[in-house]
Amino acid sequence: MTTTPDAPAAAPPVLSVRNLVKHFPVRSRGLVRRQVGVVHAVCGVSFDLAERETLGLVGESGSGKSTTARALLNLQPATSGEVFYRGRELTRLSRGEMRALRRDLQIVFQDPYASLDPRLPVNEIVAEPLRIHGLYGDEGRTVVRDLLRTVGLKPEHGNRYPHEFSGGQRQRIGIARALALRPKVLVLDEPVSALDVSIQAGVLNLLDELQDELGLSYLFVSHDLSVVRHIADRIAVMYLGRIVETGTAEQLFASAAHPYTQALISAIPLPDPRKERARERITVVGDMPSPVNPPSGCRFRTRCPKFADELTEAERQVCVDDNPALVDRGQGHPAACHYAESRTLL
Amino acid sequence: MTPAGTGAEDVLGAGSMNGSAPPDGTVLEVEGLTVGFPSDEGLVRAVRGVSYTLRGGEVLGIVGESGSGKSVTSLAVMGLLPGNAQVTGSVRFRGQELVGASDATMTKIRGRRVAMIFQDPMTSLNPVYTVGFQIAETLLAHHDMTKAAALDRAAELLDTVRIPNARARLDSYPHELSGGMRQRVVIAIAMANDPDVIIADEPTTALDVTVQAQIMDALDVARRATGAAMVLITHDLGVIAGQADRVMVMYAGKPVESGTAEDIFYTPRMPYTLGLLGSLPRLDRASARLTPIPGAPPSVVNMPPGCPFSPRCPIAQPVCDETEPELTPTTSAEHTAACHFSAELAGREAHELFETTVSDADALAEFVRETEDQSS
Repeated sequence: MTTTPDAPAAAPPVLSVRNLVKHFPVRSRGLVRRQVGVVHAVCGVSFDLAERETLGLVGESGSGKSTTARALLNLQPATSGEVFYRGRELTRLSRGEMRALRRDLQIVFQDPYASLDPRLPVNEIVAEPLRIHGLYGDEGRTVVRDLLRTVGLKPEHGNRYPHEFSGGQRQRIGIARALALRPKVLVLDEPVSALDVSIQAGVLNLLDELQDELGLSYLFVSHDLSVVRHIADRIAVMYLGRIVETGTAEQLFASAAHPYTQALISAIPLPDPRKERARERITVVGDMPSPVNPPSGCRFRTRCPKFADELTEAERQVCVDDNPALVDRGQGHPAACHYAESRTLL
Repeated sequence: MTPAGTGAEDVLGAGSMNGSAPPDGTVLEVEGLTVGFPSDEGLVRAVRGVSYTLRGGEVLGIVGESGSGKSVTSLAVMGLLPGNAQVTGSVRFRGQELVGASDATMTKIRGRRVAMIFQDPMTSLNPVYTVGFQIAETLLAHHDMTKAAALDRAAELLDTVRIPNARARLDSYPHELSGGMRQRVVIAIAMANDPDVIIADEPTTALDVTVQAQIMDALDVARRATGAAMVLITHDLGVIAGQADRVMVMYAGKPVESGTAEDIFYTPRMPYTLGLLGSLPRLDRASARLTPIPGAPPSVVNMPPGCPFSPRCPIAQPVCDETEPELTPTTSAEHTAACHFSAELAGREAHELFETTVSDADALAEFVRETEDQSS
C-alpha cells in the first residue's frame, strides 16, 4: 500500500516497520460494554531506521506518533503489521523473547516527573535495568557512577531521590537509565517537550554527543518541528494515523510537497522579527477530525487549503475516494498527496 | 524582608527607561512592582521590581522561562492575586492607581477597560453555562442593554473571531468546542467591552501549532477591532518575534533586558538573552550547535545579593556577586540591559560565550570500556 522511505546507506536498516496498525476499541457505557467503534490511531505506517541515524516522527496531538512508538516496542501490542529489528520480527514474540531484545531497544518518555520511580534513589533507578538483565556484577557500581557523570550529574547525588532534581536533570536520569544496557536503538518520545528552552538545549546536545560515541539510532518523536529539524537526519510527518510526507530534513524544509507539511512549517513562528513578519503563510482551518471517524480518501482533505481553494470538482473527488499513496511524484521524496507540489517556505 | 535597597533602585532604573512624564497615549504604567508570598522558608519574592509603560495600540511582549515572574506580574496588574500576596509599587491605568484600589473600582476596570486572556480556556470558561450566556454576561455587567441585544452582539463577536455558524454556537457549552474554538470564545469575551488593554498570558501554549496560528490571527483581529494595546506573555520567542513591538525579558522576578523586538533579537546585551536565543533550535536554518545555559534559575526565596544570573553566566566577574545591576541604556536609550558587562556582548555570538558540550567525555569513555562486552 505504501512505499517506504529509502534508508540513506546501503546497509540494512536496524529497525524496519511495515504497515503498522494500531486500533483501540471504543466501548459503550454500562455493564455489557459493547464495542461501538474503533479509534484508528495508527493506520499502515512504514519506515526504516538505519544505524547511527535519527528519524524524526513529527505530528500534532492525535496524529498517532506516540502510539507508533509504543506499538513498535510492543509496549502496546500492534493490531497488525510487522516490526523487524535486525531482521527479527517483534510483534509476535513472547514476553520472554521480547525481554531479551529490550536490551537493544530502549525508550525515554516525555514526562520526567512521571517516568521515574519516586521511591528509588537515582543509583537504583539507573542500576535496575542492569540487575534485571543480570549484568550488574562487580563493575555495576562503577558503571552507574560513570553513566551519571556522562549525562552531567554528580555521582555523589546518586543517593538522592527523583523529586530532589529539576526537570532537566530528571530527563538526564531517564537517559542514563535507558543507556545502561548499551542499547542500539533509543526511542525518544517527546523527550524535551516538558523543559524550558535553555534546559532543552542541554538535553538535545547530550543526545547528539551520545549518538556519536555510542553509535545509537534514534527514533525521535516530537510535535516540535524546530527541534526535529535540529536533531533528525530524516523526518516523517504524521497526520491522523498516517505518514503524509517523508524525506531528509533538507528535502522537507527546502521543498515540502504535502499541504499539511507546508501548513505545519508555515505555522511555526520564527524567532527572527524581520523574517517572521515578512513570511508567506499557508494556513489551515479547523481542528483535526476525530480518529474514531476519519475522513474517507485523503484524511487531510477536510482542512486542506489546496482542496478548498485550488482543485476542480473532479480533482476533489479523487481526494474523497482514494487514499493517496506515499510515493515520490516528482518532488524528490515521497508525499501522500494526489496533487503534491514542492514549495519553499523558509 | 522588604525589597529595600534594590527595590528603590529599580524604580529609578526604570525611570530612565520610561522617560520622565508619561507621554500622551500611555494607557498602562507599571512602576517598581514587587510581589511577595509568605512561605515557611521565608518570603517568596516572585516579582522583584518590574516597571514598564504600555502605549495605546502597541504590543509589549514579556518573555521568560518558568518561574521568571511574568505571569505573577500580570495577575498583580489585574488585582487577581490571592489575599496573602504582598504587592508594592504602582500600577496606573490612564493615571488611575490600581494597587490597593477598592474591589468596586477594580470591578469597573477589569473586563471593561482591561481584559485578560489565560492559557487554558477550559478553566477560564464556566462549564455549566452556554457560550452565548457567558459573552452576554460580560456585556450586561458593564452596559445598560437588553438581553436580546447582548446576544446579538455576542453572535457578532463570535463571527469576528471567525467561529463558523456563530449564531448557532451561542447555545453550545464549552465542552462541546475544541480547544481552539474555546480560546476564540475567550478572545470574544475579552474584546466584548472594547477594552483599552488586553493582557494575554500564554494564550496559545496549550494548543497545537496549526491552531496556534489561527488563534494568533484571531487575537490580531480582536486588537484591530478594539484598538487595544496588548501585553503578550509567553515563553515562545517565535511568537514574540512575530507580534511584539517592544520586548521585556524577565529572569528571577525582574526584567533583565528591554527594547524593541529588533534590539532583543539582533543585538542582545544581556548574557541571559543571548544564551536563550542560542538555545533555540531553528526551523529556518540547518543545525548549528545549541548553547544550553548551564545550571538552573535561582530560588526566589532568600536570594543572595548580586546578579541572579551570575552563577550561570559565562562572563561573570566578582562584582556580579556583590551588586545587582540595574537596567541601563545600551545601544539606545530605549534598549536597556541589566548587566555590568553588557558592552562586552557587542558583536558576540552565543556559541562564543557558552559551552556547547554537555556530556563528560572521560566518563563516557570509561562507560564504553566497562560495557564493551555487553554491547557486542
